[in-house]
Amino acid sequence: MKLTKTLFATTALTVAAGLAHAESHGMMADSMTLVSWGGAYQASQDKAYAQPYLEMHEGLTISWDESSNEAVAKLRAMNEAGNITWDLVDVVASDAIRLCDEGLAMEYDPEELLAEGDDGSSAEDDFGELIVSDCFIPQIVYSTTFGYRTDMVPEGVDAPSEICSVFDLETYPGKRALEKRPINNMEWALLCDGVAKEDVYDVLATDEGQQQALDKLATIKDDVIWWSAGADTPQLLADGEIFMGSTYNGRLFSVIEEQDQPVAMMWDAQVFDLDGWIIPTGLDDAALARVKDFVKFATDTQRLADQAKYISYGPARASSAPLVGQHAELGIEMAPHMPTDPNNAKNTFLYNYEFWADYRDDIDAKFQAWLAQ
Amino acid sequence: MSVSDIVITSTGKKDPSFTIPVIAAAGAFAGIFVGAAQGSTLLGIVGGAILLAILAFLCIEKLGRDGEKMARWGILALFAVGGFAFGAVAGLVVGLLFGWFFGWFIYWIGFNRYRAHLVPYLTPGQVLWHYSFRVICGAIFVFLITPIIVVMPLSFNAEDFFTFTPEMLRFDPEGYSLKHYRDFFTNPEWTSAVWNSLKIAPVATFISVSLGTLAAIGLSQSHVPGKRAIMAILISPMIVPLIISATGMYFFYSKIGLVGTYWGIVLAHAVLGIPFVIITVTATLVGFDRSLTRAAANMGANPVTTFFRVQMPLILPGVISGGLFAFITSFDEVVVVLFIGSAELQTLPWQMFTGLREQISPTILAAATVLVSISIVLLAMVEMLRRRSERLRGMSPG
Repeated sequence: MKLTKTLFATTALTVAAGLAHAESHGMMADSMTLVSWGGAYQASQDKAYAQPYLEMHEGLTISWDESSNEAVAKLRAMNEAGNITWDLVDVVASDAIRLCDEGLAMEYDPEELLAEGDDGSSAEDDFGELIVSDCFIPQIVYSTTFGYRTDMVPEGVDAPSEICSVFDLETYPGKRALEKRPINNMEWALLCDGVAKEDVYDVLATDEGQQQALDKLATIKDDVIWWSAGADTPQLLADGEIFMGSTYNGRLFSVIEEQDQPVAMMWDAQVFDLDGWIIPTGLDDAALARVKDFVKFATDTQRLADQAKYISYGPARASSAPLVGQHAELGIEMAPHMPTDPNNAKNTFLYNYEFWADYRDDIDAKFQAWLAQ
Repeated sequence: MSVSDIVITSTGKKDPSFTIPVIAAAGAFAGIFVGAAQGSTLLGIVGGAILLAILAFLCIEKLGRDGEKMARWGILALFAVGGFAFGAVAGLVVGLLFGWFFGWFIYWIGFNRYRAHLVPYLTPGQVLWHYSFRVICGAIFVFLITPIIVVMPLSFNAEDFFTFTPEMLRFDPEGYSLKHYRDFFTNPEWTSAVWNSLKIAPVATFISVSLGTLAAIGLSQSHVPGKRAIMAILISPMIVPLIISATGMYFFYSKIGLVGTYWGIVLAHAVLGIPFVIITVTATLVGFDRSLTRAAANMGANPVTTFFRVQMPLILPGVISGGLFAFITSFDEVVVVLFIGSAELQTLPWQMFTGLREQISPTILAAATVLVSISIVLLAMVEMLRRRSERLRGMSPG
């Protein structure tokens, strides 16, 4: 009698434990909210990652929230309210670093979370130094560079091919569009004021250097239209409002190849930056299991290479580069349009995360004060 | 015979020393715009003044009133040909408008017609003010309406930018397309946004109208203590900055699990709509005769029957116009939705807001045009109801 009871109890316990186990590890949520930037970029992610994943998993729903722009603020509010409604968030690397520091993004182990490269390399080697933070899962390399109207190049002058044309109002008259923040603009200004490329950040760390950059920018200030959304410069170029303007290279690709506008790229001194996923902290087990499964799929070699069919951003895995093919609709080779293509990457900068993490507040304040003068 | 046909002051030919400078000045003013468009403002001013002075002299002094018809057609043709020479089809349209206006203007000034409908004893200063006032009102109207009008042709753009392309300005059919409307009506992002808005707004409106009407009736009773304070609290969502309400709602709704849910948005929008209903219904109740409810009670009707059979039909116009405002509030609202909403419940304004920030696509203009049309229809309905209720209560002659 006693034995039966004991047996019965242990069985019940085992079953219960098994159920609990299944609930915490085996079950995955059947809906997922991904946060991204909207537009062509989000469409490329949807086509390359989300649609194939949905085909493999029946009954799953994926919703997109176009809130990456204010992801940091919204994640803070969600954390405060104790109600995380996002499962996976696309942010630029600098935002990922901030979120990681504040504990709002989850740290992960690349070897466990990410798939091996197609060529057999470990995930950590395949992404290499692009994993700039313990929370950041890199997807793409993009660059901020200039585009110009080919029909507004003055007669008898060569088309602008180097960064200092931006500051040369005599040879290239016309309005310019620059981003309304110091990052990139300060570096370009110093480069064109005679500072050697390797000294740029040393100079920019000093008060005099910052003033020097602002003074250089002041020489073209009257001819600058300041932009804040990635869509602004393409619109201004299409309007003929400006002669040249900086924006993300994928936006310029779409203006030139998809919208057929008389615009050309000036790759010189393009600034590389990274974009990728972070997983918010505080997800429940089922949601987390689903997200991990999705991330493993969406960042494998083939998926990252597939994304380049829809937008001209370089895949973050070294092993994806040889697989980059043709544009899905236009049928043109995508490799020559990648910012990482050797022809385009003759003179480049990599966004200096450490420098800007240390100096951003200070230089931002000076830049905004200078803008208002 | 309409009012504008009544001649109060007799008219006759004015002295050319007055008319020709005035018309030349008008020509110079129009010349600013033509000149600026063609490259030289100064040339435009001088050219416009000389051209109009000559035309005024010919029409008033040589052709006179007998040749009016011919003169006006002549001016129309002249401006049309000139406009076409400068700017093809678009120039032709502008030229026709200018030609029609100046033909009329020369005779209006030249033969003192501007005094015809004014009383004879007005001084020149008063006459000038009479017309300046109308021009200023017209200018304000144009200033308010132009931004709304200008997006409408752009929504038919064949390109993916907010730009009047050269093809559009030439009225070339190639420059126009319905593709943004097609995108708006077929792209699941937009259709699901419209669908979500249509699921949320009517329910929010229904709650606003029910609660708002009851509150207004209650507050119109004379025996309610602290009426003003209660009223102020109920109307506060209209006065408190929306971003503050939205933040408060976000944190409160998070605690009770309403954030990102359908009912969360409906409740939030109902709160925003209630003040509109209270205000319109309270205004209607001012003209409501309380003895009618007492009479109904006297005849044995209970309060509920009295409300539905006597009071409700009489205040219905106020209730409906309040409901329409509540509907538009919910349908156009973006701030609260950005806080309370979720990716699955994107409403139309949310979609427009995020779309405009990340990609400037004219699909937004197509959506805006559709929304503006809906708003115009709804507001026209409100106005018709208001007039009907005024007529019923004998407050306007009809």
